[in-house]
Amino acid sequence: MTAAPALKVENLSVEFRTRAGVVRVLEAVDLEVGKGETVALVGESGSGKSVTAFATMGILDPAGRVTSGSAMFGGADLLALPERELAELRGRELSMIFQNPRTALNPIRRVGQQIADVLVRHGGATRAQAPQAAIEMLRRVRIPDPERRARAYPFELSGGMCQRVMIAIALACRPSLLIADEPTTGLDVTTQAVIMDLIGELARESGMATVFITHDLALAAEYCDRIVVMHAGHIVESAPSAQLFAGARHPYTARLLAATPGETDSLQGLQSIPGNLPDLRRTDLPACRYSERCERRKPECVSPLALAKVGERHLVACRFPL
Amino acid sequence: MLNLLLSRLATAIPSVLGVIVVTFLLTRLLPGDPAAYFAGLAATPQAVAEIRAKLGLDKSLPEQFLVYVQDLLSGNLGTSLTTGQPVTADILTRLPASAELTLLALFLAAAIAIPLGVLAAVKQGSWIDHLCRIVTTAGVSLPVFFTGLLFAYVFYYLLQIAPAPTGRLDAFLTPPPHRTGFYLIDSLLVRNTEAFWGALAQLALPAASMAIFSLAPLARMTRGSMLSVLGGDFIRTARASGLAPRTVIFTYAFRNAVLPVITVLGMVFSFLLGANVLVETVFAWPGIGLYAVNALLTSDYAPVQGFVLTMAVLYITLNLAIDLLYGLVDPRVRLDA
Repeated sequence: MTAAPALKVENLSVEFRTRAGVVRVLEAVDLEVGKGETVALVGESGSGKSVTAFATMGILDPAGRVTSGSAMFGGADLLALPERELAELRGRELSMIFQNPRTALNPIRRVGQQIADVLVRHGGATRAQAPQAAIEMLRRVRIPDPERRARAYPFELSGGMCQRVMIAIALACRPSLLIADEPTTGLDVTTQAVIMDLIGELARESGMATVFITHDLALAAEYCDRIVVMHAGHIVESAPSAQLFAGARHPYTARLLAATPGETDSLQGLQSIPGNLPDLRRTDLPACRYSERCERRKPECVSPLALAKVGERHLVACRFPL
Repeated sequence: MLNLLLSRLATAIPSVLGVIVVTFLLTRLLPGDPAAYFAGLAATPQAVAEIRAKLGLDKSLPEQFLVYVQDLLSGNLGTSLTTGQPVTADILTRLPASAELTLLALFLAAAIAIPLGVLAAVKQGSWIDHLCRIVTTAGVSLPVFFTGLLFAYVFYYLLQIAPAPTGRLDAFLTPPPHRTGFYLIDSLLVRNTEAFWGALAQLALPAASMAIFSLAPLARMTRGSMLSVLGGDFIRTARASGLAPRTVIFTYAFRNAVLPVITVLGMVFSFLLGANVLVETVFAWPGIGLYAVNALLTSDYAPVQGFVLTMAVLYITLNLAIDLLYGLVDPRVRLDA
C-alpha cells in the first residue's frame, strides 16, 4: 500500500429510521483498500458489513441515511456525488456481487442480455456488439458452452453458474474495485472454493482491488491480504491475515477466532461468543460497543476511543488490547 | 408455445362441457312451464300438451339433453319468444355492442391504472401515491350502476354536454356498414367521422362508469406488485450495475411486476362482463346484457340460456388468453406446460 488507495472510507456513519426508533448502524467507520489489494470485512450478522458496502455504492435502502463521512474513490467522494454521476461509476469503475445469486439476477431476462445491458449502459459495447461481448464475458468466468448459456434464464442455471453470471455482470466493464457481499453463501463447499478462486484470479489479472464481505474467518484468511473485523457498526481490528491469526489484539477478534473451526479442532473445542450485539437503537451505547460482552471490561471502557496502531499495519480499537 | 396452447385448450374442454350441462339444467329448473306460457292463457290442456310435444319437453331429461347438444353443435340456441328471431342471430348482432363497451372500459381503466400504480410505487409516499390511494378507495366504493346513473344525471341532465343515454348512436345518425360490429372501428373504416364522434359520445359515459369501477383493483395490484419487485434482490443488482433508472423501472421491475397485473386484468374483465347487465340497463345499450335482462323478465328462457352459455365461453376464452399471455411474459411458465 504505497500510492493513493483504491478506496478510502473515512468517518462513515449511517442511521436507519425505523418504526422502533433510529438505529445507528455505522459509527465512524474507516476503511482503506489499496490498489490490487484484497481486504476481508468480517463480523457476525448485523455488524454493518453490508451496510458499509451499500453506503459506499450509494444503494442504501431509502430508510438509511449517511450522517457523516467520505468515501474517496479515484479522486471523487462517492458519498457527495449526485446520483446521476454515481450511477455512471457503478458497474463501470466499482462493482458489486451479492449473495443468493439466483434471486440477484432478473428471473425473466436471459443472462446474456443482463450482461449486455451493463455493457451497453457504460459504453463497453454497442448494441450490436453487446451479445457477442456478453458471450466473451461468460467465457472469461469459465462458463462452458457460453453461446448456449447466454440464452438461458437464471432458473435454468445452477447456483454456482448464476454466481459466475453475477461476476460476469460485475466485471464486464473491468472495474478497479469489486465489492463481493458474501458471494459464496448458499453455494456448496466445492463451488465456494471454485468461485473464490475465480474472483481471486480475475482480480489479479486486472489488478482490481477487492472487498470481500464474509462471516467466515477461515475463508477470509485463505483468500485475503488483510482482514478488517467489524462489531456492532464499529471497526474493531484491522491487520494482515497471517498477523491477525497469529495474534489477535481485540478480545472480540480473539473470540471470533476461537469460534472458527480449524483443521485440528474438535467440535467441542469451539467456543461461542457470549451475549448478543447490543441494541443499536439505545442512546446510551458505550464508546466500546463490545464492552458489555467483554470479560476484560474495565470502568474506563465507556470513554471515547479510536483505532490505534499496535504494530506494523495493525490497528485495534481497544483500551486494553490483548 | 404450441404445446402450451394445446394443453391449455385441452384443460378448457371440461369447463365447456360443465357449462353446457349447467345451462341445460338451469333452464329446466327455472319456475314456469314454457309450453303453457307459449300457448297462452286461453289454451286448452290439449293444446299445451301439443306444444309441449312440439318443443320436445315431453321427453325424458337425458333425451332432451341429447337434443339440446345436437342443436348446440349445429349452432342452434333455440328461438326467442319475444323477438321471434333465432337466439344465435340475436346474440351475434348484440355481442359487438357489449364487446365494444367492455373493451373500451377495460382499455381506459388499464391506461390510467397501470401508469398510476407504477408511479405510486416508484414515488412511494408522494402526492401521486396518495392520489392512487384516493382513486382506488373511491373506485371500489362506487358500484357501476350508481356511477352510471350519477354520470347520466350530471353530464346529460344537469350539464347537457353528453347525449341522451339511449343506445349506441344518436337516432339521427346512420350506423356505419357492418364490418367488425364495433361502431368506432367501422366508422373509421369508411371515414365517417360524424358517426365516429357520435358513437364515442354515446360510449363515453357507460365506458367511464365501468372503467372507474375496474380502476381500483388494477391500480392497487400494479402498485403492490411493483413495490414488492422493486424491493427484490435483482433490482439491487441492476442499481449496483449503474443501469439507467428507466431501464431499472421498466425493463427490470415492470416486466416482472406485470404478471399479477395480468391476472387481475382477467378478473376485472370478468367483473365487467357481469357489470354489463347493469350498465346496459342504465344506458339502454343494445348489448347482450340488456337482451338477457329483458328475456328474463318475460320468462323467455332460450335467450337466457344462450346468454349464460355465451358468457361462460367468453370467460373460458379469456382465461385461456391470459394463460398464454403469462407464457409470453414469464419464461418459467413455458416449461411447466
